[in-house]
Amino acid sequence: MKKTGAEIFIESLFKEGVDTIFGYPGGAVLPIYDALYKSRLRHILVRHEQGAVHMADGYARATGRPGVVLVTSGPGATNTVTGLATAYMDSIPVVAFTGQVPTELIGNDAFQEADIVGITRPCTKHNYLVKDIRDLARVIKEAFYIATTGRPGPVLVDLPKDVLNDSTEFIYPDKVHIPSYQPTYKGHPGQIRKAVNQILASKRPIIYAGGGVISSNAANELRQFAKKLGIHVTTTLMGLGAFPGTDPLFLGMLGMHGTYGANMAVTNTDCLIAIGARFDDRVTGKIDEFAPYAKIIHIDIDPTSISKNVVVDIPIVGDVRGVLKDMMKLLTAAKVREFKKGLKEWHGDIDGWMKTHSLSAAQDMTRKIRPQYVIERLYRLTKGDAIITTEVGQNQMWAAQFFKFKEPRRLLTSGGLGTMGYGFPAAIGAQIACPDKTVIDIAGDGSIQMNIQELATAVEYKLPVKVAILNNRFLGMVRQWQEFFYDKRYSYTCIGNKPDFVKIAEAYGGVGLRAKKPDEVDPVIKEALKVKDRPVFMDFVVDAAEDVYPMVPAGQPLSKMLLV
Amino acid sequence: MRHTISISVMNEFGVLSRIAGLFSGRGFNIESLCVAETIDPRVSRMTIVTSGDDRIIEQITKQLNKLVNVIKVHDLTGEEYLERELALIKVNCNADNRAEVLSIVDIFRAKVVDVSPRSYTIEVTGDEEKIAAITELLRPFGIKEIVRTGRIAMARSPKAK
Repeated sequence: MKKTGAEIFIESLFKEGVDTIFGYPGGAVLPIYDALYKSRLRHILVRHEQGAVHMADGYARATGRPGVVLVTSGPGATNTVTGLATAYMDSIPVVAFTGQVPTELIGNDAFQEADIVGITRPCTKHNYLVKDIRDLARVIKEAFYIATTGRPGPVLVDLPKDVLNDSTEFIYPDKVHIPSYQPTYKGHPGQIRKAVNQILASKRPIIYAGGGVISSNAANELRQFAKKLGIHVTTTLMGLGAFPGTDPLFLGMLGMHGTYGANMAVTNTDCLIAIGARFDDRVTGKIDEFAPYAKIIHIDIDPTSISKNVVVDIPIVGDVRGVLKDMMKLLTAAKVREFKKGLKEWHGDIDGWMKTHSLSAAQDMTRKIRPQYVIERLYRLTKGDAIITTEVGQNQMWAAQFFKFKEPRRLLTSGGLGTMGYGFPAAIGAQIACPDKTVIDIAGDGSIQMNIQELATAVEYKLPVKVAILNNRFLGMVRQWQEFFYDKRYSYTCIGNKPDFVKIAEAYGGVGLRAKKPDEVDPVIKEALKVKDRPVFMDFVVDAAEDVYPMVPAGQPLSKMLLV
Repeated sequence: MRHTISISVMNEFGVLSRIAGLFSGRGFNIESLCVAETIDPRVSRMTIVTSGDDRIIEQITKQLNKLVNVIKVHDLTGEEYLERELALIKVNCNADNRAEVLSIVDIFRAKVVDVSPRSYTIEVTGDEEKIAAITELLRPFGIKEIVRTGRIAMARSPKAK
């Protein structure tokens, strides 16, 4: 039986096991919306296409399954760019479908035409323009395959309107065969043996784990590996949750706003075991002085990540989970016992660093609310059992420092691109994926306004997403840089006490709450956690003078931290 | 250091733009780029001449390999390989110096492909140095126009032992 392109699109999504898509209609995708009208595929109607991509991204990060987006041509497509770039930088599997003008009009500057394949080439893992309906099913199959395998990432498929209206026999391929795309999963046995020997010969080892541990679903293997050898773990922002935040071997995050302990440990280690991390500049600080005494082992599925920023001694290209399992097979009890004996002194050094300059959320109840205190209370009152999303800036760093993530896929944050406006729609996507979980967006008063329109989406689908706005009336992180490095010239970072977030939430049909004093923080959080059928804005009026510490100024080595 | 990289790619819409975009987006140099279909019409061969230190070249080859449409990347530098460029050179000439120009053409095993009362157009193939050499020798006569292809290259077959 023949099916139209629009029907093939929906059938193919079912074949891929998609249950939910995030979208916004328009002229070029009308054939699909007409087919959706009769379909049981769940479609979440957003209020802005950027929101749709971040929701799909949040859905993907929370579940590990690809998030799916459907938007129209032209402006609908261009509005996805920031979302795609966000997912690309953080290696998140998202498949975006964009409408396109009919094939005979492509290139004619038609109404709502944009060369979205050209525009998104550098911010997707791969993209396609489907010019012939006979390619449609295969391309959709390939798109999901590419998005979810190897180092994951977003894939965009551009669908001209005539292809959607055309019809053909629907045959969904069982297998994908792309000769030019063959990711390496299995680590090289010789390299693995070398790495294990290097670790066992070391006296001051450290594990530096990144988001790759989470995308590889390797948190269990990482925990076993670290526990077995008694090696401390620091993670990147993207890696938070890959190792339990409450474990005594956990040092917290490293890098620009990392803990004193983590940065000192990395500076002094003789064996840095980088796992699914990519030596970002926010992590390394001054590159020449990063881990200066260390032999570096680097496990990553993406060969381009290896020796890109830091020259590595023992690279292992492969899937983190499999490589860790292979490494553990080589650890005999006798060797491990001998190795652990040699770590006493190093563990003593680390304990010393962790005790000095430890992070503090202490609150003087007679003074203004400290944002760190709000996060600490969110952690306590949810017992850590929540999915946290963040916006970007101080709110993000305080969330990373003061909320302890016990499991992977509990912190959803735009690490690579640093997209303000990410957290709220990502929280909506996560809440849709995990309806029974508490989902909280830790936001600033600047960032929340970048996708605030999605309140309507949250209200419409009765999603109890909580937004904790750390309202300091400033674009806080930029203000902090101006304070430290631009002699307190606060150029255009004061955004003032507006709008009234309580009224905004209420105007959309959500709940608005406000805390102005420290003793109002707990009641507001408790009240918010009770709400189960609509979004809640918690407006925490916090001390604008608070800064994120420690801080390694850009371009300085990790050992040169500014400490309170 | 200069490297000649030979790349097999799927002969698909947009591949050239993906590769050019990769070079510009990551700040890599392209000194020349040639592309054409191979004997298998689904596959194209690109020859790119680029430059950079070892780390940059390593990144270039890895990043190229990462592109979904790229089948194989082969850095020919440091191996035995053949390279050719082709140039068309339109050079001034007159009754007095025609013979001299022709003798240069002869020495370089080049060809005259177009003649007019005031000029010869010469086709020459060879490696970069040969093309540079003939250009230098013809320069005194007055070169009106020169068009060059980029470099194409192919690994030599292993020699019998």
